[in-house]
Amino acid sequence: MYPPKFDFYRASSVQDAVALLQEHDGAKLLAGGHSLIPIMNLRLSDPGTLIDIGRIEDLKGITKEDGRFYIGALTTHAQVAASERRSLPAALKEAAGMIGDPQVRNRGTVGGNVAHADPASDLPTVFTALGATFHITGSNGSRTVVAQSFFTDLFATALNKNEILTSIEVPAEAAETGSGYAKMASPASRYAILGAAASVTVGMNGDCTGCSVAVGGLTTHARLVPSVSSALVGRKLSQENIAAASRNIFQDLSDEILGDIHASADYRRHMAPVYVERALLKASRRAGWVAKIGKSVKDLTEDVLRDIDRRLGIS
Amino acid sequence: MTKYTGQSVRRYEDPRFIQGRGKYVANLTLPNMAYLAIKRSPYAHARILNIDTSAAEALDGVVGVVTKDDMLAEDSPCGPLPCGWQVPDLKVPQNDVFQVDKVRHVGDRVVAVVAESPAIAQDALDLIEVDYEPLPAVVDARKAMDPGAPLVHDDVENNVSYEWVLGDKEVNDQAFADADHVVELELVNQRLIATAMEPRACVAQWNAFSEEMTLWTTSQNPHLTKVVMSAFTFTLPEHKLRVISPDVGGGFGTKIPNYPEEVITPLAAMKFNRPVKWVATRTESAMSDTQGRDHVTKAKLAFNDDGTVTAMNVETWANNGAYLSIVAPLIPTAFYITLLSGLYKIPTIYGKVYGTLTHTVWVDAYRGAGRPEAAYVVERLMDLAAEKLGVNKLEFRKRNLIPPSDFPYETPVAMTYDSGNYQALFAAVEESANYENMLAEQKKARAEGRLVGIGISGCIEASGPAPSAVAGALGGVTGFWESGGIRVHATGKVTVLTGAHAHGQGHETTFRQIVADQLGTSMEDIEIAHGDTAVVANGMGTYGSRSTAVGGSALVRSSEKIIAKMKKIAAHQLEAAEEDLVYDTSSASFHVTGSPDQTMSFGEIAFAAYTAHDLPEDVEPGLEENAYYDPNNFTFPNSAHIAQVEVDRDTGEITIQKYVAVDDVGTIINPMIVEGQIVGGIAQGVGQALWEEAVYDESGQLLTGSLMDYAVPRADGLPSIEVDSIETPSPHNPLGAKGAGEMGTIAATPTISSAVIDALSPLGIQHIDIPLTPEKVWRAIQASSNGGGN
Repeated sequence: MYPPKFDFYRASSVQDAVALLQEHDGAKLLAGGHSLIPIMNLRLSDPGTLIDIGRIEDLKGITKEDGRFYIGALTTHAQVAASERRSLPAALKEAAGMIGDPQVRNRGTVGGNVAHADPASDLPTVFTALGATFHITGSNGSRTVVAQSFFTDLFATALNKNEILTSIEVPAEAAETGSGYAKMASPASRYAILGAAASVTVGMNGDCTGCSVAVGGLTTHARLVPSVSSALVGRKLSQENIAAASRNIFQDLSDEILGDIHASADYRRHMAPVYVERALLKASRRAGWVAKIGKSVKDLTEDVLRDIDRRLGIS
Repeated sequence: MTKYTGQSVRRYEDPRFIQGRGKYVANLTLPNMAYLAIKRSPYAHARILNIDTSAAEALDGVVGVVTKDDMLAEDSPCGPLPCGWQVPDLKVPQNDVFQVDKVRHVGDRVVAVVAESPAIAQDALDLIEVDYEPLPAVVDARKAMDPGAPLVHDDVENNVSYEWVLGDKEVNDQAFADADHVVELELVNQRLIATAMEPRACVAQWNAFSEEMTLWTTSQNPHLTKVVMSAFTFTLPEHKLRVISPDVGGGFGTKIPNYPEEVITPLAAMKFNRPVKWVATRTESAMSDTQGRDHVTKAKLAFNDDGTVTAMNVETWANNGAYLSIVAPLIPTAFYITLLSGLYKIPTIYGKVYGTLTHTVWVDAYRGAGRPEAAYVVERLMDLAAEKLGVNKLEFRKRNLIPPSDFPYETPVAMTYDSGNYQALFAAVEESANYENMLAEQKKARAEGRLVGIGISGCIEASGPAPSAVAGALGGVTGFWESGGIRVHATGKVTVLTGAHAHGQGHETTFRQIVADQLGTSMEDIEIAHGDTAVVANGMGTYGSRSTAVGGSALVRSSEKIIAKMKKIAAHQLEAAEEDLVYDTSSASFHVTGSPDQTMSFGEIAFAAYTAHDLPEDVEPGLEENAYYDPNNFTFPNSAHIAQVEVDRDTGEITIQKYVAVDDVGTIINPMIVEGQIVGGIAQGVGQALWEEAVYDESGQLLTGSLMDYAVPRADGLPSIEVDSIETPSPHNPLGAKGAGEMGTIAATPTISSAVIDALSPLGIQHIDIPLTPEKVWRAIQASSNGGGN
């Protein structure tokens, strides 16, 4: 496990990094190194030049402004998972806490993760469901890309050559909004065989007033499943409606579902509604669904609630 | 008076391991050392047309290459790797350290390069060009015998290396014809990759003046490696070879064989006259360490209305991979068929094995080695039979247990069980698990539509290989004694020299306990030496849960010799008759019977032995003894385990909710270490039941070549495991110890499989092959009569 030879530069600022990228054709940015270094050690990648951006302080940490969070590209998964900001979307914290193991979460960065765009990665799915905005700086200045357009293909994003992802913007979670991430993890890598992220907003009458759902691991990149969310908006957030809406996912999935030795494409396809349902249940639970409408809805008996909690691992 | 035996003394090894201060082969750096890397085959089967190393050799920092020409040179010490277990009519294919004409598995050895740094060696590998003509491959144990299947070796017809049969077919057939019921099953015991935490590594140092080779290597048995090298693979005179296995990070059987890299690396050291190091990557380990299991089996069990088992019949196709590893033919024969009686009285058992060759990595011993495969077959059949009779699975087993009065018990498959109390074992596990309560809770859960299952297994192991004469009769090329030396220093401190080798077992603690109790000394006054053929004269190493029962017994024998010599010295100096002297281990001193004041202590005698001022005429100076212990039977540890699982109907995912183990490993020296072995073993057995599988595609590509794809057990997949024991001492070794290292692995796979199938039994599901992946379980649920509904 020794990488091919490479030149190493350390960038002192975003501008410096952009300049270095322009100077060195094919250079790769090094952040936490938890995707790049392994593929270099396996000799699947030979960039020739690495530009270390790990010490650019501007890219670190989470800030909040006007009801929006800005997650610096160099923020680690551990920092996101442990964040005590209550309105930082729960699905994001939850997913960040499921990545790899503590060592990986302590070194791996949010920006590096999404820029790598592994189809089985957790964060792209969550950012897609949350309608995140990606802030990018290049030689021609800065621009933004929405999540739906950011992830374009297997290990491919909207980032151009010589551009750097600087932060990811997500809306703060309102009190009546909840989000959740449910993942079937590969028993080997712990990457998502299938990951589902949902964000749900519940009205005073128990109706769903807003919903966004995305899935990852199924296809070449994370994607929204609008047939699920549109089936739920305007309807009661009952277990029955959630289950029915989840089954709508088949309308949004083409035949290009990925498969491997741990889970065939056919199996993943069948698991998709199950995990979407789980993500929606989590999100609904966190949106205060139970508190508001719990006992008034016929199918939400104590047994059902207990069952949901058991399945979601909420004690 | 035992002071230490039975106490959970903390492990002497742990401070250095926990603090990252262990000394592993990969930590060793010698002056002027160069680094070796091996070019391996990307094909499962191909003809080698041409090898061009010129670009690699031209690379800056490359020392040179080592090739088949070096191996074949007239003055080369290299020879093919031998098979050390000769079953009748065995066909042993040629197993050269470098392949000459053909490669036969992905990862097969083609050529090596030596460079100034590991990174340069890796760069150089990429510059070596090998032209291949890919050929069709076969990877399945049974399909290898199909007419027209590609031959792995031209001289091994039908790819069958050996056939092995045990039992009287006619008697067996008749018993099946006479039985009230028969259950039949075809199952796969999937291939596993051991995945020891430390990948294999070696460092070779050649002394051109004395013509001595020193090899540091990750071996479970450095002495065996030395003998095999000297006799077959690297034929220096044995006294010119020194093999050192320092701290080794896990073996699980895969570090038994003498490997090609242990020949290629010294060959390079000799060629370039400088120290050379080779360290495997994880992926290299996955494609070059011997792998485990890989059976296809057809089995049936006969039993009567009253629940009495009357006969068993087992036919197995065992995949040996592309070459025969050192004890490969032993594992699916004398370590498998002979264990098919389990804990049960079964009047007739007939077993047949086809040992086949395929275009895959070689298969050899892996934790349990043959015995887990047997236990899985036996326990699956017991479950099916109980299910068919409609009786409780635990009760069905109890009805067929060998009673305590029958020991020593001779099975129909050539084993004589030493001791046991299986009734007490089952009673203990029922109580520990609160089995009645588990059944009640399961009933409740089922009423709620939940898929909750309770699994049970009762398993046997033959551990502590082996009586040398028995091993010889069964095809073993070597004996299986162990050596144990005790060197008492002039100041009364003790060095213990053992031929056993620790790679996670805690020998430095257990052996201290054994010797301290024998001699009456403090554990602090004892040091354990092992793993260096220049320090310890002889040894057989560690595998088959043999270290305590065989290696520990050797230390008891040498302790007895020490005490006998001390007695002569004490008698002489105390002017008493030897028969009047009593050694009191609690005070570590001799006293004269009836005169407690007339004493001579261990320290005084040791000093007297070395000053030699006043020794009896027939006593030589010094105080050092060695013993070779050859067991007169295996020991037979046994277990009863109960587990509870819940299956998610929507996804097929499995959660283990409870695991209770009761094991009888004979006399326990250190309960904490035994518990650690049992728990670790269970985790490994659960791994086989739920997650682990070495997957080859049809063309022979290994699809699980890294930990991104090969799923090893992790803590979050396991419940807190409850471990209890009963102790039925083995009557035939001085410690009463049986093996503890493999019982957990053997038992956990059938226990979990039993629990999962039990959970699914309301759906009419009777069997799913391991590993029980969510997808397989979900598919079985979907295919079942009422699985899709509810």
